[in-house]
Amino acid sequence: MPSMEIAGKQVEVDEDGYMINLDEWNKDIALAMAKGDGIDLSDSHWEIINFLRDYYQKYQIAPMIKILVKEVGKVMGPDKGNTKYLYELFPDGPAKQACRYAGLPKPTGCV
Amino acid sequence: MAKFSAKPKDLAKIRYTPPKTEWTETPVEFREHMFCHSAKPKDLETVGFPYGRAWSAKDDDWKLPDNWEQIILQGMKDLLGKYRSFQLFMDICVRCGACADKCHFFIGSGDPKNMPVLRAELLRSVYRGNFTLAGKILRKLAGARDLTVGVLKEWWYYFYQCTECRRCSVFCPYGIDTAEITMMGRELMNMIGLQLGWIGGPVAACYMKGNHLGLEPHTIKSSIEFFLDDIETLTGIKIEPSFNRKGAEILFVTPSGDLFANPGTYTAMGYLMLFHELGLDYTWSTYASEGGNFGFFTSNEMAKRLNSKIYAEAKRLGVKWILGGECGHMWRVLSQYMDTWNGPADFMEVPKSPITGTVFDNAKSMKMVHIAEFTADLIKHNKLKLDKSRNDHLNVTFHDSCNTSRGMGLLEEPRYIINNVCNHFHEMPENTIREKTFCCGSGTGLNASENMELRMRGGFPRANAVKYVHERYGVNLLANVCAIDRATLSASMDYWVPGVGVAGVHELVGNALIMKGEKERTQDMRLEPLPEKEGSENV
Repeated sequence: MPSMEIAGKQVEVDEDGYMINLDEWNKDIALAMAKGDGIDLSDSHWEIINFLRDYYQKYQIAPMIKILVKEVGKVMGPDKGNTKYLYELFPDGPAKQACRYAGLPKPTGCV
Repeated sequence: MAKFSAKPKDLAKIRYTPPKTEWTETPVEFREHMFCHSAKPKDLETVGFPYGRAWSAKDDDWKLPDNWEQIILQGMKDLLGKYRSFQLFMDICVRCGACADKCHFFIGSGDPKNMPVLRAELLRSVYRGNFTLAGKILRKLAGARDLTVGVLKEWWYYFYQCTECRRCSVFCPYGIDTAEITMMGRELMNMIGLQLGWIGGPVAACYMKGNHLGLEPHTIKSSIEFFLDDIETLTGIKIEPSFNRKGAEILFVTPSGDLFANPGTYTAMGYLMLFHELGLDYTWSTYASEGGNFGFFTSNEMAKRLNSKIYAEAKRLGVKWILGGECGHMWRVLSQYMDTWNGPADFMEVPKSPITGTVFDNAKSMKMVHIAEFTADLIKHNKLKLDKSRNDHLNVTFHDSCNTSRGMGLLEEPRYIINNVCNHFHEMPENTIREKTFCCGSGTGLNASENMELRMRGGFPRANAVKYVHERYGVNLLANVCAIDRATLSASMDYWVPGVGVAGVHELVGNALIMKGEKERTQDMRLEPLPEKEGSENV
């Protein structure tokens, strides 16, 4: 498995840069991954990342985008519960990019 | 890895001139975006597949086991002994070339090794060299080759550029089933750990948790509850389906993609609405929670192991028969293998629709009915109230899945349903539909993201036929009955024919279905506003 040096630590990741051992995750890793994409994580980003981590904890999978949109809307208000808002925060797609920062495995989609 | 960025107009320039060198002297070149990541060792270990290791196809050293040649040749001997079809297909090809230009990967890539005859020859040459007298003595003169690392790499590259769609077999005068040759090729490579990540992951997840996506029981339930919320928003009707319920008449099994990937989720909403409207005595299962079978892309034995939970769950719950959702390869496995692998399912009854009384004699042995058969029968007997005009914003064509069309002959039922729930339907050209249908380009576990060029090349012939009806008739929706199609055709339409959406047939049924006590529909199944109805066209 490839590994990346993130925040002064070797972190095992898969071919697409998603972490292998979810337990190794910490905030510095998320910050460093985002920085690599030229993004400074704001509170708004963290709201989504934390939501994803909580969801994963409960359901053992990253949420579908439409669940993410709806749940974010419920918890954080309708102005945040839409795809446009999420894409503004995570231009490569909230599912893929935000999951990577959150230390979740790559979303699988349909198999 | 750089993002796949080739433009459609460049990818559509396909060279059909073969290389100047002989095919045996043309080594395989691993290009980015044309092949998949290798399987994770832990996934192979989970199901007991051997030789899990970290390796990549683009490395020179594949870290093969020391005795890999011996393993492959012994494996080939065993498979030849076990499957008479394999022995037959190795012997009888006369290289007439009828199959050569029928493969979507050949049409989309121009690579001669994607001609089914030559792809099979990759294996046949080794077969001749090791298992026939003429090949052992005459070697090259008899078309024999040694098994080398180069040959093995060629196998890997090209047997994962075949989706086992069997279009070529339709045109073969001998009826050689190239899919079975690919299956044997993949099974051999699996013996030395040369598996794809996109296949190995779902297989391990299915083995451990019951479905490819690794959905836990409470995740399945929460996902369905999410659909129920949307259905309530749409219709004002509250639906309460049951899970793992003993004594239900029918067990419903569908691909897990329908529960967790768009646009399959809208198809799942369609199932839920239909069953509710019928008052069907059925149950979902969180154990037999996968209709698809990625084990089928590794070895027959693995496919059998994953499949076994369907009958086991039917027995545990005491159902009379099984209803299956919209899926492609799921149905090839069910209708051609399940009964002999894990049957006889004599603890169930011959499927009989509780609504129409129709007995599905075609499913007498396997005890499982495709939902398109079930729904077409309902419509035929006037059991559904339908408002076609709710689909008037859609101009529909139908993509036959390789496996439901060529694998089980399901040709009329989906069309009958679509014509009864939609006003606007146009067929693609005759040589691209029904038993001659073109593959979506990403079946058999090739629907990963790192092989996007391969997928778009393989999807090119299908997309080209869609483009024809899009331009000629204004078609804007590609309907299908397969979970993999729903995911992969979405990508291929976005790339080749922007403006054409993708939907399962039961999403269209859900749109049109008039439910008792429903409020006036102002949205479609995706909760998008329904456009102004066209009024008088309503039939």
